Amino acid sequence: MKLKKTTGLLVALAVSLALTGCAAGSTTSAGSMLDKLGKSESTLTLLGWPGYAEDGSNDPKVDWVTPFEKATGCQVTFKPYGTSDEALSLFKTGQYDAIAASGDATLRLVAGGYVQPLNTKLIPSYAKVYDFLKNRAWNTVDGKTYGVPHGYGANLLMYNTKVVKPAPTSWSVVFDGASTYKGKVTAYDSPIYIADAALYLMKHQPALGITNPYALDATQLAAAVTLLKAQRANVGEYWSDYLKSIQSFETGNSVVGTTWQVIKNSMSAKASVDAILPSEGATGWSDSWMVSSTSKHVNCAYKWLDYIDSPKANAAATEYFGEAPVTADACQYASDKAFCATYHAGDAAYAAKIWYWTTPITACLDGRKDVKCTDYSAWTKAWQEIKG
Amino acid sequence: MPNELSDAGVAAIAVTPARRVSSFFYKHPKARLRALIALPALWLGLVYVAALLMLLVTAFWTVDEFTGNTKVAFKLDNIISLFTDPLYTTVTLRTLGIALGVTLVDVILALPIAFFMSKVAGPRLRNVIAISVLLPLWASYLVKAYAWRSVLSDKGVLQWLLAPIGLNTPGYSLWGAAITLGYIWLPYVILPIYGGLEKVPSNMLEASSDLGAKTLTTIRRIVFPMILPSIIAGSIFAFSLTLGDYITISIVGGPNQMLGNLIYSNVGTANNLPMAAALALIPIAIMFGYLGAVRRTGALDNL
Repeated sequence: MKLKKTTGLLVALAVSLALTGCAAGSTTSAGSMLDKLGKSESTLTLLGWPGYAEDGSNDPKVDWVTPFEKATGCQVTFKPYGTSDEALSLFKTGQYDAIAASGDATLRLVAGGYVQPLNTKLIPSYAKVYDFLKNRAWNTVDGKTYGVPHGYGANLLMYNTKVVKPAPTSWSVVFDGASTYKGKVTAYDSPIYIADAALYLMKHQPALGITNPYALDATQLAAAVTLLKAQRANVGEYWSDYLKSIQSFETGNSVVGTTWQVIKNSMSAKASVDAILPSEGATGWSDSWMVSSTSKHVNCAYKWLDYIDSPKANAAATEYFGEAPVTADACQYASDKAFCATYHAGDAAYAAKIWYWTTPITACLDGRKDVKCTDYSAWTKAWQEIKG
Repeated sequence: MPNELSDAGVAAIAVTPARRVSSFFYKHPKARLRALIALPALWLGLVYVAALLMLLVTAFWTVDEFTGNTKVAFKLDNIISLFTDPLYTTVTLRTLGIALGVTLVDVILALPIAFFMSKVAGPRLRNVIAISVLLPLWASYLVKAYAWRSVLSDKGVLQWLLAPIGLNTPGYSLWGAAITLGYIWLPYVILPIYGGLEKVPSNMLEASSDLGAKTLTTIRRIVFPMILPSIIAGSIFAFSLTLGDYITISIVGGPNQMLGNLIYSNVGTANNLPMAAALALIPIAIMFGYLGAVRRTGALDNL
């Protein structure tokens, strides 16, 4: 009898705990724009990809946060994250004032009401940012700017020059022709990789009518899944940790697959690899700094957004991470004179070939109104099935 | 002198609240027992049982497709899909297969090592073996998994060893993952079996051979029944730890996934906590079944 009572109590406790947990999770905010800057609040908590806000604690020579702290009096706390999905769940806690998010997270942040629209007049550096990075689907919703760019890059095709012959010019080497390198093909381990397959289908199977690899209706998604399931038979491993990818290419376990410029640059000289932007173009990322809708340190956040787009800081941050800076002025501050050329900074023709990561949502991003598109949760389920 | 002191000591005892509590517990042993057990029971109840119950409850909820928030409504969809969705059934069977394989191989490897340690080796050699069995436990799990990543690679030690006899490294595959997991959990299987063998008196082995039993018969009829509970205890470690693993498989498992990976991606990538909770019930159910089955053998006393 007593035991039953205790069990009942525990169940009640568990249920009440669960209910409160849920209530705390659903935050909504209209989010209004800031009119003018006020006094700095003295603290600022940032969330970003590793290497996006270095204060010298990882490497004493790499520090662009301390000058900011001295100039503004905003004491910065930085938390790095590993994946866009982790970033989302961390940012939802409301503990962060600003976030550097990739395009596969930004729309989810806007839709969830977690970030506020920005008054770009209060961010002087924004004026100098390359035009092709402004007012894009991943940083602007209904004409309102929610994020200022941090840096951008493409998911390139890397191959072992000794094994993969002739040198590939198309993604077909990892899709239709992948069986030649069975067990040695590698791909990025994330649902967003489905867009790579969609981009390939967009160019090679026009009958499917794909015009934007992030706007797939059910039939188009199914076609991409079929392509990726066929690829799966030839994949040696999927990577999300870039060090793992470097090692695979160096040992020869992977000979062809998706990569980032920074991986190519980190490979040892004796590894005979090359990375190209294939003829179909590529997917890529353009990261944006966004301000939390519940931030209590909005002035410091705005100052940070302005600072990170200023030439010197932007050059330091993007060169350290291995991606293109967002202004032409940044190039002169890079320690490597060839930096901007290596990463094709400001090359509008190169940038036009990149389909930047964007969160797939049910309202088709390509403007179609007659069908419903598949959203990110459908992509996640599809990705699990592809891996099997 | 001593007398004076003790008299003074007795007289000096004042009735403080602490003393009142202490004398209350002295007079009521049952209350004392309850008070002592209250804290651990509270911890067990809140942290352990409540967490499990929450997991169970969450498995029946759903996620709102638009906002991504958890909707509190009782629905069987998640549980049903565990049995009907080919993805979940395939991955469950694969995980179960790896766990059984790793357990079997570990027991086969652990038996002779444990036997040698307890019955054959002298005290000095025994210490050396015991230390070498325990030594890998000092290194982090991740370090060991990454070490195997380099061993299993196409330019690794294993390929170098196997190439002369015409074989190849299994590379990053289910086999690679099973080998790595088998290596990592081996000490957890050796130790309980060694403990069990220590309890087998050596003179019983001698008596058996005096009565004409061959070595194999002695092992089968005398040693094995006596150490069966220890073997099961060791197998619980290897089996349950493999069942929940998701890191080794992502380091050396190539493109394959286990149940842990599905749970992880439902929490992290898919933001679908209810589905993750439903998936987490699978290993829990399997372990409950396994523990229930072995409870009668007395294996649980050997953990």
